[in-house]
Amino acid sequence: MDAMLHRETTRGGMSDDARQASDTAAAAGIPLLQLDALVKCFGRFTAVDRLVLDIKAGEFFALLGPSGCGKTTLLRMLAGFETPDAGRILLDGQDIAGVPPHQRPVNMMFQNYALFPHLSVQDNIAFGLKRAGLPRAEIEARVADMVALLKLEDMETRKPDQLSGGQRQRVALARALARRPRLLLLDEPLAALDKKLRENTQAELMRLQRQLGMTFIVVTHDQEEAMMMADRIGVMNAGHLVQVATPRQLYETPNSRWVAEFVGGVNIIDGRVESRDAGRVTIATPDAGRVTAAAPLQALTTDQVCVAIRPEKVRLSAHGSAPDGGDAAEINRLTGVVVGISYLGGQTRYQVRLDSGALLRASVANTARLDLDAFDTTQRVVAWFDPGDCVVLDR
Amino acid sequence: MKQLSRFNITALALGLAFLYVPIVVLVIYSFNASRLVTVWGGWSLRWYVELFNDAAMLSAAAMSLRVAAVSATAATILGTLAAVALTRGESFRGRTLFSGMLYAPLVMPEVITGLSLLLLFVAVNAERGFWTVTIAHTTLTMCFVAVVVQSRLGSLDRSLEEAAMDLGCDPLRAFLKVTLPLILPSVMAGWMLAFTLSMDDLVIASFTTGPGSTTLPIRIYSEVRLGVKPEINAICTLIIGSITLVIIAASLVSKLSSRQGESAAPL
Repeated sequence: MDAMLHRETTRGGMSDDARQASDTAAAAGIPLLQLDALVKCFGRFTAVDRLVLDIKAGEFFALLGPSGCGKTTLLRMLAGFETPDAGRILLDGQDIAGVPPHQRPVNMMFQNYALFPHLSVQDNIAFGLKRAGLPRAEIEARVADMVALLKLEDMETRKPDQLSGGQRQRVALARALARRPRLLLLDEPLAALDKKLRENTQAELMRLQRQLGMTFIVVTHDQEEAMMMADRIGVMNAGHLVQVATPRQLYETPNSRWVAEFVGGVNIIDGRVESRDAGRVTIATPDAGRVTAAAPLQALTTDQVCVAIRPEKVRLSAHGSAPDGGDAAEINRLTGVVVGISYLGGQTRYQVRLDSGALLRASVANTARLDLDAFDTTQRVVAWFDPGDCVVLDR
Repeated sequence: MKQLSRFNITALALGLAFLYVPIVVLVIYSFNASRLVTVWGGWSLRWYVELFNDAAMLSAAAMSLRVAAVSATAATILGTLAAVALTRGESFRGRTLFSGMLYAPLVMPEVITGLSLLLLFVAVNAERGFWTVTIAHTTLTMCFVAVVVQSRLGSLDRSLEEAAMDLGCDPLRAFLKVTLPLILPSVMAGWMLAFTLSMDDLVIASFTTGPGSTTLPIRIYSEVRLGVKPEINAICTLIIGSITLVIIAASLVSKLSSRQGESAAPL
C-alpha cells in the first residue's frame, strides 16, 4: 500500500509540486476544502443557501440531512456537475467553482454506482487512468493495487451485471480511488446494500480512509451511518448547514430543536423560564410541571424554551419504591403509567403516559438476561432525569 | 402456459391466414412454369433466370439498394444526433416544439412530404435523380431513427455519462466511450428500419426521382400496370426473403445486447 501511495504519477494523480504545495498548505493550517458563501438555485428554489464550510485534509466528513435538504446538490457542486450561482469552492486555496468535472482532482462514487455495463471490472477501474494518459504499465500496476485493496481478485474479467451488490459497490469505490483524488465524494454509498453488508462496508470504508489518508465526504440520510463513520458531521436543512460537530457533540449538545429532533430520539417538553440561579434554570412546563436543567451554553432569545431529554437519560422506577440516586430535592420527578413497551434486544423502550396526559419516552438498557425490574403495561412508574442531561433550547 | 381454447386457436389461424395466405400464394406462383400468372404449370426456376437477365430490373434494384444504404446511414447519423440533443441537452427554448416537429413526419401523409420535396427541388433547380431521392428518404426515415434511439437514451442512466466525465472524459469523449457503445443496438436497429423503409417507399420516390434513376418499387409498379408477369412474383419473393433475413438479424442483435445486461432495443 505504501509503495502505491508514494509512487509518483505524471498526470491525473498528483505531481511532486502539487503534493508539496498541499503539504505546505496543510502545515500552514489551510483547510483542504473551503466553501465560501456557496449558493445554488433551481428556478425560484434555493437548494444551497450561502453555505460556509471548511474541511481539513484527511478528514472523514458526513453531510447528513433529510431528502431535499440540498446535500446532494452540494456534493454535485463539488464534483462539478452543478455550477454554483454565487460563492467560491476553494480546493488547496484555489477556486475550482468554474472548473469542469473532468479537470478536477476530485472523484465521486455514485449512489447507483454508475458502473459501465459494457466494460469488465478491470476496464471499469482503468477507465479514469486511461483518460489521464498514464503509461500502460502504470495503469496495470494501479488496477492490480486496487483489485488487491478492495479484494476483487478473480473478478477482473467479469461484467458488472455478473457481480453482487456488494461487489459492485467495491468496484465503484476502486474506480473512484484509482485516480487518487484529493477528495473522494460518496453519494449515499451504502444505501443499496442490505443491513448486514452495510455494517461490514462501513467498517471497510473507515479502514480505507485511514489507510489511504484520503479526505472523504459522504452524503447520507442515515444518521447512524454518519455517526458511525464520520469524524465530523454537517447537518443540513433547507439549504443551510444547521450544525457542524463531532457525532458526540451533535447528539449530546444539539444547537437547535430541529437538530435535537432530527438526530436520534428525543423527548421535547415546552415551557417558560421561571428562574435562573447557580448554573441552573427552572422551567415551568404544562406537561411535566417544574423542570430543572443545567443552564444552556448558548444565549436564549426569549424565555419561551423547550427542554430536550434523550430517552435513555430518562430513568424509570416502580411507583412507591425509592428511586436509587437522584436528587435529594426530588426534582425532575414525574409519575405516570406505562402504556407501551417495545423490546428491542439490547434495550427496551417504554412509553409513559404522564399524569399531565403527555407521553414520555424512556429507553432502558437490558444489562441482565433475566430482567426482574422490567415494567408491565398499566404499571405506575416514576420517571426521573438528571438536570445535567437536559438540553435547553429555543422553541 | 395456459392452454389455448378452441376459439382462440381458430381466431389465431384465421388472423394468420389473412396476413400470410396472399404472400404464400405469391411465393408459390413465383416458381410457376406457366407464362400465365393465374394458371399453374408445374415447378420451375424459369422466372428467376429471366429476372437475372432483365437489366432494367437489376439496375432498379441496384439503385434502390444504393439509395437505401446512403439514406439510412445519413438518417442514422442525423436521427441519433437529434435524439441526443433532445434527451441530453439542457432544456432550451422551444424544446417541446422541436421534439414535436421531429415526430410530425411520422404521421405526415407521404403524398404531402413527396409533393413538398418535389416543389423544393424544383424551386432550387436541383437535377432530380439519385441524390434527390436519397435526401427525400433521409428526411422520411430520420424521425424513425430518432424515435428508436431516443427511447433507449431515455432509459439510459444519466449518471453513467457523469461518471465518465468525473473520470476525466470531456463531454464528447464521454459520449463516444460510454453512451454510444450502450445505445449502439438501438442505433443499428434504427439503421435497419431506415433501410427497409427506404427500400419499400414508392410514393416519395416517385415524386422526387428523375429519368435514369428508377427505384425497384417504381419499376415493379410500372411493370404491373402493363400486366403482372411471373417475374414480378420472383423479385417479390426475393425481397420477402431478404427482409426476413434483416428482421432475424435485427432481433439477434437486440437479443445479443440484452444478454449483455442491456434492455433490448425497443422497436
